[in-house]
Amino acid sequence: MAATLSPPRILPSGDAAITVEFSRTIDDEANRRVLALDRLLMTSPVDGVTETVPTYRSLLVHYDPLRVDYETLGANLSALAQQPPTQREAARRWRIPVTYGGEYGIDLEETAKALDLSTETLIARHAGATYRVAMIGFTPGWSYLSGLDPTLELSRRLNPRLVTPAGTIPIGGVQAGIQCLAGPNGWHLLGRTPVRTYQFNREPVFLLEPGDEVIFYPIEAKEFIERDRAAEHGEIVAELVAS
Amino acid sequence: MSKLVVTAVGPATSVQDGGRYGAQRYGLTPSGAMDRLALAAANCLAGNPMFGAAIELGPLSATFTARDGAIRIAVAGAPRSAKVGAHDVPLLQSLTLADGESLTLGSARGEVFSYLAIGGGIPGVPMFGSLAVNARAGLGSPYPRPLQSGDELQVAAASVSGERSIALPAKSDGPIRIVPGPQDDEFGDALSLFLDSEWKISGTSDRMGYRLEGPVIKHLHGHNIVSDGTVNGSIQVPGNGQPIVLMPDRGTTGGYPKIATVISADIGRFAQIPAGRGFRFKAVSMRDAQAAARAMDALLHSLPSRLREPGGFDFNIEALQNANVAGAAVNAFDAGTWQPDNSSGHQP
Repeated sequence: MAATLSPPRILPSGDAAITVEFSRTIDDEANRRVLALDRLLMTSPVDGVTETVPTYRSLLVHYDPLRVDYETLGANLSALAQQPPTQREAARRWRIPVTYGGEYGIDLEETAKALDLSTETLIARHAGATYRVAMIGFTPGWSYLSGLDPTLELSRRLNPRLVTPAGTIPIGGVQAGIQCLAGPNGWHLLGRTPVRTYQFNREPVFLLEPGDEVIFYPIEAKEFIERDRAAEHGEIVAELVAS
Repeated sequence: MSKLVVTAVGPATSVQDGGRYGAQRYGLTPSGAMDRLALAAANCLAGNPMFGAAIELGPLSATFTARDGAIRIAVAGAPRSAKVGAHDVPLLQSLTLADGESLTLGSARGEVFSYLAIGGGIPGVPMFGSLAVNARAGLGSPYPRPLQSGDELQVAAASVSGERSIALPAKSDGPIRIVPGPQDDEFGDALSLFLDSEWKISGTSDRMGYRLEGPVIKHLHGHNIVSDGTVNGSIQVPGNGQPIVLMPDRGTTGGYPKIATVISADIGRFAQIPAGRGFRFKAVSMRDAQAAARAMDALLHSLPSRLREPGGFDFNIEALQNANVAGAAVNAFDAGTWQPDNSSGHQP
């Protein structure tokens, strides 16, 4: 192993944030470095850093320009990002129930047809993979997952839907996702989960952390309704399992 | 306790404060005041912490009424008419609404947002340390949504003490300063076009983003990038080449290239530019941008020392009104643009 890793690009995002970019594309190794730098900044806080936002390929570091200037912090972050990771913590793994197809996943059949698969095979491959939470963004709890079976890659819809339901489980391009709140979505909607990745007045408010692992498993619509009711009352309805 | 009753408000009215920080990594955007300096000035007049919660008002007119006791208030931000009953009252000065009295604010003139601060603040349940409304996430207190006519805020009864005004330095009307990046290399020469052109803010803008109208800014390699993090002031350029400046209710990540970022010291001034008025951007060095951030911080911290007794050096409103033999009430702070209140007035 090399003594240090390749330097990231240090990019200005205004006068109070720095983008530490490891790759321009979706890249598993880049995401691991993003998450490693993020953990490092959490365990060994750097003066002036106020919060961080990990993404597929970069770490956005918000800072207070009254406490540290761009040059100093940029050099510091670059050096930290080139340190080989010490030991990697075991990721948490979540089992998340999904009701596929029908009114729960209105694109299941069309997506299966476009991929030249049966709906059963599509469900088996979507539920058969182990995903990693690469980033959470856009709206609260919207979790972007890496690890989609390459045979399920399909371009996003040409016309994004303006309203899709809470708990939507979509795929788009090389990505899988968990959408927590109702909102716009241009991906293919395979199903819905009763699990809330964001719920105010519940502990924890945010269920998933970037770096967590996720596996899906199918449940019947009847079970969805029961678990959805439980989730509404603050139950987590996802399980932590040994990875 | 007294009550502030929301008698009539336009759609873009919500409780906002300094914002909600620390959970952007989970997709929770900060929200908070569009113009932090105006929020701080209103709070300072009302005797509150600088970034405490106040009512953010959009460009339309609004009326608030005191019930069950007197309430001390102050309004800062966009120039607009302000009346208690039939009498004009000045902005940038605290005043006490007696039980049953109403404050009517006209539509904004030349700017967009005003802040109505209430002495003792707005009691509410902080969510991640903030009362700011983020309707999409169901957050905000006392109402997790924009204010509507008929809403009531329980507030402190006004204590007996003198009113005060505040002297703010003249606002720059110079270009909005930016630093290029993080994806300026996706644009090549189009960065010069962006900087050399006049822009206007589209009427479809909101607290999430201000859409700009001007020349088409072309990408070198297409408009899809892999999503990365955004900040207040990120200038992203979607496929149609018309930039969008991201504001406090933005998505925390975005998939369009960002040509530049409005500097933190200018984002409040930028938020106050009304739709349709031409303006320009200007690139500054990171050193200058961070010097401007320090200067803005110094200005914010100087606010308490800028408080004055009304009627000292400033205009004495009552005397001015009494001396006005024509009988037309004049707002001394806005005399140049005074016109009869028109509740159906313009909208950016």
